[in-house]
Amino acid sequence: MKFIKYIFLGILFGITLTKAEVVSWYRIYEMFKFQSFHMYGVIGTAVVLGIIITQIIKRTKMKAISGDPIVIPAKKFSIPRYLIGGAIFGLGWAMTGACPGPMFILLGNGVFVILVAIAAGLFGTFVYGKIKHKLPH
Amino acid sequence: MNSIIEFIQQPWPWYVAGTIIALVMFTLLYFGNSFGLSANFRNMCSMFGGGRSCEFFDFDWRKQTWNLLFLAGTVVGGFIAHQWLMPDATIAISDATIADLKELGIANPGVGIAPEEVFSFETLFSLKGIIIFVVGGFLVGFGTRYAGGCTSGHAISGLSDLQPASLVAVIGFFIGGLIMTYLLLPHILTM
Repeated sequence: MKFIKYIFLGILFGITLTKAEVVSWYRIYEMFKFQSFHMYGVIGTAVVLGIIITQIIKRTKMKAISGDPIVIPAKKFSIPRYLIGGAIFGLGWAMTGACPGPMFILLGNGVFVILVAIAAGLFGTFVYGKIKHKLPH
Repeated sequence: MNSIIEFIQQPWPWYVAGTIIALVMFTLLYFGNSFGLSANFRNMCSMFGGGRSCEFFDFDWRKQTWNLLFLAGTVVGGFIAHQWLMPDATIAISDATIADLKELGIANPGVGIAPEEVFSFETLFSLKGIIIFVVGGFLVGFGTRYAGGCTSGHAISGLSDLQPASLVAVIGFFIGGLIMTYLLLPHILTM
């Protein structure tokens, strides 16, 4: 039963992204055309609050529910990995209108064609795993 | 009570969504985990036996059960919102966006959650559909793992922690997204 809280959290996330239209292909297209504040408002609010939350966690040395300190792993800095990888993801994001979370939320919305994008996404991750040692990181 | 139901049934404003997303991130950290949806593609590759032929998927995916269940919850959340909380499925996109999309052959921009000219099984079995869903999905799966995260992992969690790597990743997201939206998508949509 310790896992049930994650299902509830996922339900809240799925409802929110549907209700705020974040899962809509139209909203992603509009964002990349800079024709509305909506998506910038969603991500901007989350980041501003996220910065405050993260600072509070670090300054108060907040502990997780288990009693262990909350650790936010630092990502090892490099340019090529994040720039090239990010741009490849951006190409796909603007085409499908969905990043990984919304792909699954769309499935719940009855948009079944997205299953093909999910399967292709799994294959993309698999191919990355296979050729990762040949790529600049 | 009626006003609460009325509020829930309206499209939710950006500040409500942004606040809930930040709280979801915090709750996952408080539970001792982290907020990153694309990791589930890797988890699923491992779950389906990818570890037998590839070291990258050779880990104990059961330790990621919480993330897979979170993902399963999002599907249920999408279902609940779609069934009971969306009295009308019109997306209030800007007039400029509507005009641009009409020019690209989308007949009713903003009607439904996604354009029916793209999101149909008829399109799926055409070159346009294969490019958008098969190539598009592949790029999302490949790119997120290469970049080590997607919108939740980098744009929300990483930027919240002021990590330089995440800023580079988000710049990358926009380079790819803008190239697609301005240079490639007009050709793909009018195929």
